[in-house]
Amino acid sequence: MNILYLEKVSYQRENKTILKNVNLTVNESDFIIVTGPSGSGKSTLLKLLNNLISPTKGRIVYRGKSMEEYNPVELRQNISLCFQTPYLFGRTVFENMVFPFNIRRKNIDKSMIHSLLKNLDLKEEILHKDIKNLSGGEKQRVSLARTLLFKPDILLLDEITSALDEENTLKVENIITKLNNEGVTIIWVTHNKEQAERLGTRRIHIAGGTVSEVKA
Amino acid sequence: MKITSLMLASSLVMVSIIFSYSQKLKLEKDIIVGVLRAIIQLIVVGYILNWIFGIKSPIFTTMLILVMLFNASLNSAKRGRNIEGTLWISYVAIGAGTFITILILVLAGTISYSAYQIIPVSGMVISNAMVAIGLCYRQLTSDFKNKYMEVETKLALGADILPSSIEIIRDSIRTGMQPTIDSMKTLGVVALPGMMTGLILAGTSPVEAIKYQIMVTFMLLSCTSIASFLACYLSYSRFFNNRKQLIK
Ligand SMILES: Nc1ncnc2c1ncn2[C@@H]1O[C@H](COP(=O)(O)OP(=O)(O)O)[C@@H](O)[C@H]1O
Ligand SMILES: [Mg+2]
Repeated sequence: MNILYLEKVSYQRENKTILKNVNLTVNESDFIIVTGPSGSGKSTLLKLLNNLISPTKGRIVYRGKSMEEYNPVELRQNISLCFQTPYLFGRTVFENMVFPFNIRRKNIDKSMIHSLLKNLDLKEEILHKDIKNLSGGEKQRVSLARTLLFKPDILLLDEITSALDEENTLKVENIITKLNNEGVTIIWVTHNKEQAERLGTRRIHIAGGTVSEVKA
Repeated sequence: MKITSLMLASSLVMVSIIFSYSQKLKLEKDIIVGVLRAIIQLIVVGYILNWIFGIKSPIFTTMLILVMLFNASLNSAKRGRNIEGTLWISYVAIGAGTFITILILVLAGTISYSAYQIIPVSGMVISNAMVAIGLCYRQLTSDFKNKYMEVETKLALGADILPSSIEIIRDSIRTGMQPTIDSMKTLGVVALPGMMTGLILAGTSPVEAIKYQIMVTFMLLSCTSIASFLACYLSYSRFFNNRKQLIK
């Protein structure tokens, strides 16, 4: 069963066509790796799927209904996006980790936060660290943990291991693979060739504004 | 005061024109236009007020305040040109700030609802609120531009537009209120405010004048906070489209 499909989707910005006539079907529990040269529109594709932007032409259908028919807030909670550039807000890591609970008016699940941090090789003390004092790799992992606090239906990942060493990269890959085994559909943009080969059940390539399936 | 003394005092304008010219600030035209407008507007207002204070109708006074409100809103709306609907937002924000402030002053018995007290007091309240929300609009616009990453990150996490913008809203309200708070702190230490100076020049004793100044301080604080609060909360959603996407 398809969970999501793009129908003749184009995205234009300031007279520049970034994505052109994209057709893509995503099936439930797919693990899709997205590759493509920088500036080809990979991040733009993920933003479209998270409804942070809307197609200028065509439509995206999620679970049988056009995205535009959903409440965008609910949609984004179901189709989560972790950005390429990790942006932490407020003063401490803790503020970032409680934000997803607060916006859902849910009680803060401390043990959930602690186990996520532990799985990402982050110490509990990091919660009270000033975000200004984090390394690039720590920021990237905190940003991922913040996205993973609530299990989504579809998880969109944008080059989330670019600042990590090999050990932590593998840890992240394991966490995501596990989520996929639990039924979460994954769409993961990566620049890393070996990573692209290690992971995924399908591979798509974006270039020149068009999307093509890479046959294994 | 003699008219001739006032004419001589106009040489003060020359100082700033010479300064602007020598420093190549290119403000000469603005200064001349500004000064001429100030003189003409004040002369007209002086005569109109003279006439209005003669008419002792509260309805007329109220109508005049509504017109002042409209002018102030037009002016603020210009500051928020890039934000849709700022004319009515400004009207509501300044109007509510003015209404609540004046209501409390009248109920407290510090002023009476008579033209010669209400009109100058409303004028001060309205113009301060106008400046405050102009600052709010500017801060909102620049924050939504500079902090778009923060807003989009929060949206992507599934937050609604209010929690995504709350830091920007707070920052903008603070910006609107800051000048009023700053001037409060230096009141009497750095400068005697215009109104108090005016009263003293006109012969009121300084001890009497400070009472009015304290009242003015309270009322400016109340109106700028109400107006800034409303202006920010009513306008932040204009930075998003109906899909709750940040408009860039
Ligand atoms: N906010 C924006 N304003 C203008 N151009 C943009 C914006 N975001 C992306 N682009 C342009 O869209 C193209 C695709 O960008 P992006 O999706 O980030 O590519 P990728 O993630 O594949 O590197 C690039 O040419 C980029 O310059
Ligand atoms: Mg990218």
